[in-house]
Amino acid sequence: MNFEFDDDQRLLRDQARKFLTDKSPPEAVRRILDGDEPFDRDLWREFANMGWLGAAIPEAYGGSGLGHLELCVIAEELGRSLAPTPFASSVYLASEALMLAGTEEQKQGYLPDLAGGEAIWCLALSEGRRPATAANIAATVSEGRLSGEKIPVVDGDVADRAVVVAAESGGVGLFIVDLNGPGVERRSVETIDPTRSQAAIQFDGAAAERLGDAGDGWPMVERLLERAAVLVAFEQVGGAQAALEMAREYALGRFAFGRPIAGYQAIKHRMADMYIQIELARSNAYFGAWALSTDAAELPVAAATARVSASEAYHFASKENIQIHGGMGFTWEFDCHLYYRRARQLALALGSQRRWKDRLIAALQRRNAA
Amino acid sequence: MDFNDTPEEAAFRKQAREFLTANAKSKAEAGRGMAVGWNKDEALAAARAWQATKADGGFAGITWPEEYGGQGLSPIMQVIYNQEEADFVVPRGVYEIGLGMCIPTMFAYASEEQKKRYAPKALRGEEIWCQLFSEPAGGSDLAGLRTRAERDGDDWVINGQKIWTSGAQFSDYAILVTRSDFEVAKHKGLTFFFLSMHSPGIEVRPIRQVNGAANFNEVFFTDVRIPDSQRLGAVGEGWKVSLTTLMNERFAVGVAPPPDFDEIFDLVRDLELEDGPALDNAVVRDRLADWYVRQQGLKNAHFRTMTALSRGETPGPESSINKVVSASKYQDISIFGMDVLEMAGAIVDPEIAPMDGLFATGTLSSPGYRIAGGTDEILRNIIAERVLGLPQDVRVDKELAFRDLPTGRD
Ligand SMILES: Cc1cc2nc3c(=O)[nH]c(=O)nc-3n(C[C@H](O)[C@H](O)[C@H](O)COP(=O)(O)OP(=O)(O)OC[C@H]3O[C@@H](n4cnc5c(N)ncnc54)[C@H](O)[C@@H]3O)c2cc1C
Repeated sequence: MNFEFDDDQRLLRDQARKFLTDKSPPEAVRRILDGDEPFDRDLWREFANMGWLGAAIPEAYGGSGLGHLELCVIAEELGRSLAPTPFASSVYLASEALMLAGTEEQKQGYLPDLAGGEAIWCLALSEGRRPATAANIAATVSEGRLSGEKIPVVDGDVADRAVVVAAESGGVGLFIVDLNGPGVERRSVETIDPTRSQAAIQFDGAAAERLGDAGDGWPMVERLLERAAVLVAFEQVGGAQAALEMAREYALGRFAFGRPIAGYQAIKHRMADMYIQIELARSNAYFGAWALSTDAAELPVAAATARVSASEAYHFASKENIQIHGGMGFTWEFDCHLYYRRARQLALALGSQRRWKDRLIAALQRRNAA
Repeated sequence: MDFNDTPEEAAFRKQAREFLTANAKSKAEAGRGMAVGWNKDEALAAARAWQATKADGGFAGITWPEEYGGQGLSPIMQVIYNQEEADFVVPRGVYEIGLGMCIPTMFAYASEEQKKRYAPKALRGEEIWCQLFSEPAGGSDLAGLRTRAERDGDDWVINGQKIWTSGAQFSDYAILVTRSDFEVAKHKGLTFFFLSMHSPGIEVRPIRQVNGAANFNEVFFTDVRIPDSQRLGAVGEGWKVSLTTLMNERFAVGVAPPPDFDEIFDLVRDLELEDGPALDNAVVRDRLADWYVRQQGLKNAHFRTMTALSRGETPGPESSINKVVSASKYQDISIFGMDVLEMAGAIVDPEIAPMDGLFATGTLSSPGYRIAGGTDEILRNIIAERVLGLPQDVRVDKELAFRDLPTGRD
């Protein structure tokens, strides 16, 4: 039994934490929150230099070939630091899509730029209010040209290329689209978390390159979302843990009725509940990491479990962190809302909690039927 | 990350599996029926027989020293055995307190001769032990206890009352914490003993529980004499000894019994609701998902504990969340299992209710799990104070002499 990260992975965690504490402190996150820059470009370059962007990309394609467990370790630290970069879009979604479905030529052509940070990518799936299901996808590719609207697209305003989910005759497929090319119009949309920018993208006959085999591509979308769900779960656990630590710190220093509020049971028990949820979520994320890194048959169940657990833990920790801060927690000036916003952003970006719970039960039904 | 045993662990797991296959019924074979009470003579006899079988097979006292009848193995082997045993139906609930809490306390405080005398017999199931801690005036606040111990020559004389003592009705021995000094602060006046439950002056009265069984008891002491040689720890140091017992309790009190996710999933799989199969119902799916992630969270946290044990490290605080999470899950699943059956959910008759009335049994038994072995509230306090390092509650009872403490309604 070895259900822990090994010494090298722990070392990576320590280095990542130190680096991000230094380079992505709350002030840096706030520069993105309050400024016009959509993400922290300096941080992005450093991620590339340290090999983080290509952590799970094999060396043959320009990556650092560390592996998915290492990527999980990095994800947790990114979540903890609220790093405002397009990491999830480029790394958990686009790189994974290319590695899952790309031809040798596509991998050779695209992955090195992704690993090096020269190109930013995103996944364009949602089309507004209707849940993103195979039947609901209206954007269409015909004769290599994509038309339709995608909204919201996380990092769609800053990305160079998108992996687009679109319908074609015979089903739904994945396509690579150059967002700087003709037939693409995009604008930023205001969302719950300004530290992670999102866009509406209008495609009007944009050139679309097939990713993966022709035919029904929806199962590939599901696989992609499952893989990303595990990685995002680590970000969520990292963020939730940071929110708990922030609440603890404040409660120990804030006095009311002659003593620290951390001594009152209503506050103590709430923090105990945060801890409980985070430990459950962390343990489920570990199992997801194992399933992801070994390509285990359990991945669909493990990923949905990690996702549901982590979304709930971050939701709880971030909202109760505000509560424990009292009026201060409701100010723009305090950092509580950064976690609250990010918790929402991450919980929605891959689809709602409601749908992931449904997906979890569906995966269990399939497993039991098998 | 991997889930592989070391060669040594794999060999032990294989032996355990073979032993269990040869001596017990697997869950798949046995179905789900669950008896609530232990008072039936057959249930007790079965528990005794199973404990002896385990001892003969070398699977009792896995971590105990060999000189006291144990196997002298590391804690990971106990965990491995427990994992294997979980797939089998074996009698549970009679020996956990004695072997998990009482004898480990004896190991820490009894004389060499006493350990040699009592541990092996407890291990073989020949002598059953119970824990005489809680009192009407001392539950969560255990140190509020009032049972009086007075020195008389080489003996102590005990008068007073314990309550909620599980298994007292069939126990042979007990560990007991008493008050030997009423003039000092409450944690300072306690003294700890072990004694025979067959001592003159002990009266055991069963208490009927919410679920109809009577597994716990009131125990009355009238001039019960205990030789000073059966004192554990120094006079006035009973609190310290009690903490040894309570630390072991964290490991002895495990995950709540079924119904858990698997049972509720089985139930709804075959059930039709007003709008079709229950498993297609959005509310049902939502609840099931919540329980599944909690169940898996505990299971995966347990893998982390095992990893620590396997590396020879002390497990992290994750083991402290076990009972808080599983006791409430047990209760909520039980109640939901009755709710989905609509009006028929009210039927508890095991002949009619599905799965031999498992959900009704759980509904009526689960409240006790949220109380026994530390209430939900006390466990949250422990997590807040010991794991998160938050301040203790305000205490008004630390400095005063025990005699002067406010007591409230009796
Ligand atoms: C099935 C079962 C088996 C048991 N077996 C044994 C046994 O074998 N031996 C034995 O010695 N005891 C046994 N007990 C007793 C058990 O340990 C106590 O019931 C438990 O510790 C609670 O104590 P109490 O019943 O006095 O409740 P109280 O301590 O009076 O608690 C009442 C309520 O007040 C809350 N409360 C108390 N103090 C605080 C606080 N500081 N902060 C917040 N809330 C608080 C509690 O959480 C609870 O909700 C058993 C109990 C049960 C239910």
